[in-house]
Amino acid sequence: MATDPYTPLLHAYLDSELDLVRSLELEEHMKSCPDCAQEIWTQQTLRQGLRSGNLYHRAPAGLEARIRASLPLENKVIEMPRRNFWNWVAVAAAIVVALVLTWRMLPSFLGRSQTDLLAQEVVSSHIRSLQPGHLMDVESTDQHTVKPWFNGKLDFSPPVKDFAEDGFPLKGGRLDYIDHRPAAALVYQRQKHFINVYVWPESEARDRPARLESAQGYNIAFWERGGMYFCAVSDLNTGELQQFAQLLQQ
Amino acid sequence: MPEDTQEVGNAGRFEQVILPHLDAAYNLARWLVRNQQDAQDIVQESYLRAFKFFSGFQGGDSRAWLLKIVRNTSYTFLEKNRPASLAEEFDEKVHATEAGGPDAESEMVRGVESRMLREALDALPVNFREILILRELEGMSYKEIAELVNVPMGTVMSSLARGRERLREILVHAREKEGSRGH
Repeated sequence: MATDPYTPLLHAYLDSELDLVRSLELEEHMKSCPDCAQEIWTQQTLRQGLRSGNLYHRAPAGLEARIRASLPLENKVIEMPRRNFWNWVAVAAAIVVALVLTWRMLPSFLGRSQTDLLAQEVVSSHIRSLQPGHLMDVESTDQHTVKPWFNGKLDFSPPVKDFAEDGFPLKGGRLDYIDHRPAAALVYQRQKHFINVYVWPESEARDRPARLESAQGYNIAFWERGGMYFCAVSDLNTGELQQFAQLLQQ
Repeated sequence: MPEDTQEVGNAGRFEQVILPHLDAAYNLARWLVRNQQDAQDIVQESYLRAFKFFSGFQGGDSRAWLLKIVRNTSYTFLEKNRPASLAEEFDEKVHATEAGGPDAESEMVRGVESRMLREALDALPVNFREILILRELEGMSYKEIAELVNVPMGTVMSSLARGRERLREILVHAREKEGSRGH
């Protein structure tokens, strides 16, 4: 057990909530107190488990529709049809869904699904980018510097915005290569965590809300918007990454 | 007429600002009441309330605003339906550990499975559980948690310290039990 007067401070230190003076003081203390050092290590391990395990309960399918239906909103989900004609439509739709599902799941019979492969690829790229000197080609917190930097380097212009006010400052950008094509990588920071946002154009313009995956302890959010594919990767927890993905989608 | 347009504008804004926090709302309710169906009902009721009071939302952190409503609704539900779960105390005797010192404990915490963590969190008293969820799963700062739960920041800090300590004790205890079953 850690030395008593330091116990609550250890937790504030772990949560990056301790001021600089007391952080230094605690670091000094830990050098001569193996118990406190051990405690920090244990708590860090525990936190990794809490954040990387699948402990986040996402809303079950159907809850959003239920809520929308109960509120006077503009975009209601279409009610389930009841008439005879609609039954046939439902059967036809079910067949289409089955076909699409079979087609989508085919790769997972052969190996792994495309999303899994993509998740693997972006996580590898993210890890590679964190090696010294790999993170940024253009280092700037100014969106008007980062965006034009991509001119002439890519055949599209990625949307670049700074979210410093929301606690996610823009740090810079670089060129990367994802899913067999060049992509823009934008780098953001949240406290001590880096976030890579990969952007590349999609052949079909469709909007899809963010969905979350995790691989090797990293969280990944994918979404499509305005003809672009977006993919944010970080060791941030699910809640914060989701918050960030929402900011980008606004 | 102008009232109508205002209402439509409000509904649109509600969809953009509040509806995206559905996962966060469900996550908190689910951890507080520990039941899927009840959590869904609570989230739906919270959204109805949020919609009703939305004109009073002054801007700012919309997630925290919604979560405060979810939290209140969850506690009202617990008080009415499961008052015992609010009075749950941490049973020191059940979770007392006799493992060999901090080194052994660290080893036990390492590589713990999600399932065990989930059960351990569920076993924590609700006040510790909620602060841990807000901190670790929602990534909220002490200040944000203090405002949401309506306690001083010092209390957030000490509750986190105690909650984490207890969580570890439960895990160590669970591991010992599994270990002894294996032999």
